[in-house]
Amino acid sequence: MKRYVIIGNGVAAVGCIEGIRKIDADGTITVISEEKYAAYCRPLISYYLENKTDLKRMGYRSEDFYQNMKCDVLYGRKAIRIDHNGKKIILDDGSALAYDAVCVATGSAPFVPPFEGLETVEKKFSFMTLDDMFALEASVDQNTNVLIAGAGLIGLKCAEGLRDRVAGITVFDIADRVLSSILDTECAAVMQKHLEENGIRFMLGDTVSRFEKTRAYMKSGKTVDFDVLVLAVGVRANTALVKDIGGEVNRGIIVNNRMETSIPGIYAAGDCTEGEDISCAEKRVLAIMPNAYIQGHTAGVNMAGGSEVFDKAIPMNSIGFFGLHAMTAGSYYREDQGGECHEEKTDGRLKRFYTRDGYLTGFILIGDTERAGIYTSLIREKTPLETVDFNLLKKIATSAAFMPEVRRKKFGGAV
Amino acid sequence: MKRVYVNEQWCLGCHLCEYYCAFANSGMKYMATALKGKPIYPRIHIEGDEKITFAVSCRHCTDPICVKSCIAGAISKIDGVVRMDQNKCVGCLTCVLVCPYGALSPNEKGVMQKCELCLMNSFGAPACVKGCPNRAIVYEERGDA
Repeated sequence: MKRYVIIGNGVAAVGCIEGIRKIDADGTITVISEEKYAAYCRPLISYYLENKTDLKRMGYRSEDFYQNMKCDVLYGRKAIRIDHNGKKIILDDGSALAYDAVCVATGSAPFVPPFEGLETVEKKFSFMTLDDMFALEASVDQNTNVLIAGAGLIGLKCAEGLRDRVAGITVFDIADRVLSSILDTECAAVMQKHLEENGIRFMLGDTVSRFEKTRAYMKSGKTVDFDVLVLAVGVRANTALVKDIGGEVNRGIIVNNRMETSIPGIYAAGDCTEGEDISCAEKRVLAIMPNAYIQGHTAGVNMAGGSEVFDKAIPMNSIGFFGLHAMTAGSYYREDQGGECHEEKTDGRLKRFYTRDGYLTGFILIGDTERAGIYTSLIREKTPLETVDFNLLKKIATSAAFMPEVRRKKFGGAV
Repeated sequence: MKRVYVNEQWCLGCHLCEYYCAFANSGMKYMATALKGKPIYPRIHIEGDEKITFAVSCRHCTDPICVKSCIAGAISKIDGVVRMDQNKCVGCLTCVLVCPYGALSPNEKGVMQKCELCLMNSFGAPACVKGCPNRAIVYEERGDA
């Protein structure tokens, strides 16, 4: 009987469990969970603040999931070292766990820059985990002024979640625009305006030079007074377990399309990894939920002796704020990189398509997101644009833009 | 398993399937009270142009990417049918971003919905098929999975 160990208990871990059980009904599965909760998806914590979900509904799987999958979950335990020669995992309580195959699904951790005077700030929080969110929730009320460091996905979702619970929110970022990792300048301006109309204040292209208790002295010379500070500057992949034993690590743990690391018997999946982004043919950390699940599933199948590859990873995000949705995918090449940008603009809605060498490489949609998956599939499947009516697609996402025989194949049988 | 298919050369583009779908999922007894004077949020929709029209609804894929992508774990495949747990959905629209068929859309409250073949409502079999005047939409077995 094979012994499987999964380090981490997020979405990648669930994918891994389901992948293993697809092939092997009998092997033992042990999950090492640092957090004391059953698997939940971290982005849901902002929806919790908005009362759009609750602890019970946040569970990623049903309550009897681990039991049904015959998994042993070690809650509140942490793996501190992989002994890959002795094939065992050393835990923080000193015990060891033998394995035949292990999946490192350790996710990422908040990155906190060394702000001067940060230690004088009494109420400061990250916004990654349920416990982070509960601590933040308990520290705010209708009189609280919140300062958020970071206008990325995490910082802004936190702002949305808090808006109705606090007196005011200011977000600062050293970048000159919001959501700088997924939006270009023009699209970011549209989203920023919408956020401002909904009461969020911004200080962009600016950062804190010094904190003094509840006051931030900005580089620009401005000062901001606040009660609570949220640190959402960025995240770093948790790579130490593999790095410590000489495994190949860059920004994330390097994996191939079978989710194997450079060390035999050790697999990795989810936000801690760096795999190929097919929209630019480069290795990247793609810390997004769908990839976490699919990578986990791929790792699980292969750990159990099956054969699965995941070679269609692209960055993609669907994110909404106060009713305005943005969807993004792929890579945006500039003109000097051989790329071309096609824009469709209608009353407050904006679509930007990035193409290169006759292929769609990326897109940004704001407002009009209907059937966006049709665009995503063009990137994922590397569909030559000469085989579709791209002018029609720019206006509306529709399968009418495919050639009739392609469409009949898409819709005419089991897929 | 049986799925809903459309023969696009027979589709008239009349949109009746959309109305039957909205009615079947309304939980109401009469079509007029369910739909009259209200915007409808069907789980099947007509696409096309002046030359060709066709109805689109969930393909209940063999390996559904929406199930793997849902951040809330709200989408699952049970007995071959891809189902949406509306109680868990937070309306993030990630499923819309990944579905290559454009088969998911939000309801009037921003909660996602999709074709579940009318197996969960009082019709028990796809209402769009029953209501199609030209028999362009069929419910049948084509291939495995």
